[in-house]
Amino acid sequence: MGWYVMKISIKRKDEFVSYEAEGRTLLEALNWLKANVDATLAYSSGCRSSVCGSCAVRVNGKEVLACAHQLQEGDVVEPLQNVTILRDLVVSMDKAYAMNAKAKAHQSSFVQNVMLGVEDEQRNALQSDCILCGSCYSACPVYAVNEEFLGPFALTRVLRYVSDKREKNPKEKIDTIQTNGVWDCTLCNACTLVCPQGISSKADIEKLRARSVMSGYTDPSFANFGGGFGFGFDGSPTF
Amino acid sequence: MKNSVIVVGAGGAGLIAALSAHESGAKVTVITKEYPTRSQTCMAQGGINAALGNAGEDSVDAHIQNTLKSSHGLAKEGTVEFLCQSAPEALEWLDGIGVPFSRTKEGKIAQRKLGGASAARACYAQDYTGLKILHTLYDRCVAEGIEFLSERHLLDLLTHGDTNKTSVSGVLVLNKRSGEVEVHEAQSVVLATGGYSRVFHNHSTNSVASSGDGVAAAFRAGAVLSDLEFIQFHPTAMQNSSILISESARGAGGYLLNSKGERFTNELAPRDEVARAIHEEMLRGESVFLDIRHLGKEFIEHELPQEAKLAKLYEGVDPIHELIPIKPAAHYTMGGILVDADTQTNIAGLFASGECANQRVHGANRLGGNSLLEVVVFGKKAGESAAHHAKEAIPFANSSNQKEFWEAKIKEIKNYTNEINFYQTHQELGDIFYKNVGILREANSMQEAVAKVKEMQSRLSKMGVRDKAKEYNTNLTEFLEFANMLELSELILLCALERKESRGAHFRVDAPQSEMRFEANSLIGRDGVVRYEN
Repeated sequence: MGWYVMKISIKRKDEFVSYEAEGRTLLEALNWLKANVDATLAYSSGCRSSVCGSCAVRVNGKEVLACAHQLQEGDVVEPLQNVTILRDLVVSMDKAYAMNAKAKAHQSSFVQNVMLGVEDEQRNALQSDCILCGSCYSACPVYAVNEEFLGPFALTRVLRYVSDKREKNPKEKIDTIQTNGVWDCTLCNACTLVCPQGISSKADIEKLRARSVMSGYTDPSFANFGGGFGFGFDGSPTF
Repeated sequence: MKNSVIVVGAGGAGLIAALSAHESGAKVTVITKEYPTRSQTCMAQGGINAALGNAGEDSVDAHIQNTLKSSHGLAKEGTVEFLCQSAPEALEWLDGIGVPFSRTKEGKIAQRKLGGASAARACYAQDYTGLKILHTLYDRCVAEGIEFLSERHLLDLLTHGDTNKTSVSGVLVLNKRSGEVEVHEAQSVVLATGGYSRVFHNHSTNSVASSGDGVAAAFRAGAVLSDLEFIQFHPTAMQNSSILISESARGAGGYLLNSKGERFTNELAPRDEVARAIHEEMLRGESVFLDIRHLGKEFIEHELPQEAKLAKLYEGVDPIHELIPIKPAAHYTMGGILVDADTQTNIAGLFASGECANQRVHGANRLGGNSLLEVVVFGKKAGESAAHHAKEAIPFANSSNQKEFWEAKIKEIKNYTNEINFYQTHQELGDIFYKNVGILREANSMQEAVAKVKEMQSRLSKMGVRDKAKEYNTNLTEFLEFANMLELSELILLCALERKESRGAHFRVDAPQSEMRFEANSLIGRDGVVRYEN
């Protein structure tokens, strides 16, 4: 846990700028740079402890929380992808966060007297660990072809609510995620690899696909499929 | 627009105030300097208190008595009663909107014991209680279509009237993205802007955003502040980073050990007592550690996953096998903007809730699990009160020159000489506060701190910002936050010097006893005179 001096480079506008920075974590290094070297450097931070989701950036091509990344010699730091860059490492999360509303990632209504046990708690404990840092959104390759894709975190959030007994209208949620939703994912797993909370949106999307099939939906990419394996008339998979 | 409410701050108190004002029929706008879900509330780990009796016998009366005892005579009995009586209903509401609480085998909300509590009273969601409550509240706000304006830094409150009766008519904010000063008008404003523990710089467990912007703005507008000297030090912040290890680790049976491996205090006493015990060990040259190894791998992974992760990440120790080096750090500011039982300040139309307010439920020392409860119970009250006021109030056509004043001031700040680096000055402020206005205090060292703070204030114009950009200038917003903290530092010191006794988190080595004449809340207004009120 030593304090290091490292050469790192940071993307600012269209160029990479090299710095010698001090710190254990990348966030400490950014703070040190701002206080001592270049006060114009812009980045976001908050809790310093991996729970507020403010400081996600890309280091060497992979999304990390700056506060949780141990500084390494030669680190190349860039802002998140698939979002508008406001300045240096600061991006606008507006469009990404708007996906939560679009996906209806919330409980439909207030409920009372629903009995939940330990198993119910564990069913969505991981999904509700999400800190909305946007790492998965940045890593997702689907945005290159479809900007309207609901995306990994919003779909994980939908699973959190539909898998909860307190949700009284799960069908409506499943209906909502058929367009630009579960079937648009390529199951490439990039989101899983970058999640600082260990959530797999890919796995969550697969669960939502299974629930969609149970609700009578089929994978649209199989809709025009003449034969071979696919889905039966009742929506159940056939092999 | 008529019937409108602005909520400043999007943490627990702000989001609940927004939901309740919306439900009461007001047009609500939430303004935050970050994004919703990034607030301090997400860092609350331990739990939220309610005498549900799900894990052994408990009663609302016991909750009231524990809270009053820990407040050392400075909480309002009726307000504490309301808080504790409302707790079961508050939990039912959180459960009803989908907060994923941990559960008992019987299917009830799981509860654990925290310091100063006579029963297992804190309802929790693993050790992510604040995170899960905050995100569920945000989802609820999204469901209700509540409007958010993110990335706007509060500059001042818009007020009108005279010194006898001031009314609020909106807020003045700096849009971080555009760099423009914006006016947002409303008949009611709820401040839910959090505390000011970052006065202690890195000697604090808090988010860098806890700079007391709302408290300072309220003070400038003429609001009375109260009990500023009562700052809670959390006993178990990690040695290197000041990042918090939750009290739930001790609640579950964790020990505090010195370098010799000896226990030296009751780990489950209230936080002020435990912090002092640790501080005294450290003054004797001991290092202090939290030991949770005996709780076992399964328990730690299931009940304290965040603690395990944080210890590994920020201290390089695996708490399943190793001791966690700890120290006390500034954690929570009990004082703040003085409000009545309906969250109303002394300025008409201005309400405050959460850590920025002094609701007089914590008094001289807050109990773990009572702050999340406070934001739910009084955040709701703040929303109702603000909506009610907005309905009755006549919209005021603002004609003040406050916008022009701030535009000129920002220009001036950008022209300051930059001879002194304010980031270093902030660190010095934190160091001197931790040393002289921390766990143990006395008159001389606090006078020294006053002199230092005044010197810093007089040199503000030699500081300023190096970044002259208009758009997304965090150098500027950080300077404004520093100026707020410097303003509050002097007020904290005035209150701490004036209280010549020891009570709860305020411990004077030159006056170690509690005095009857000080069994009262301190008040400080624009005249800078400290008064006391029961």
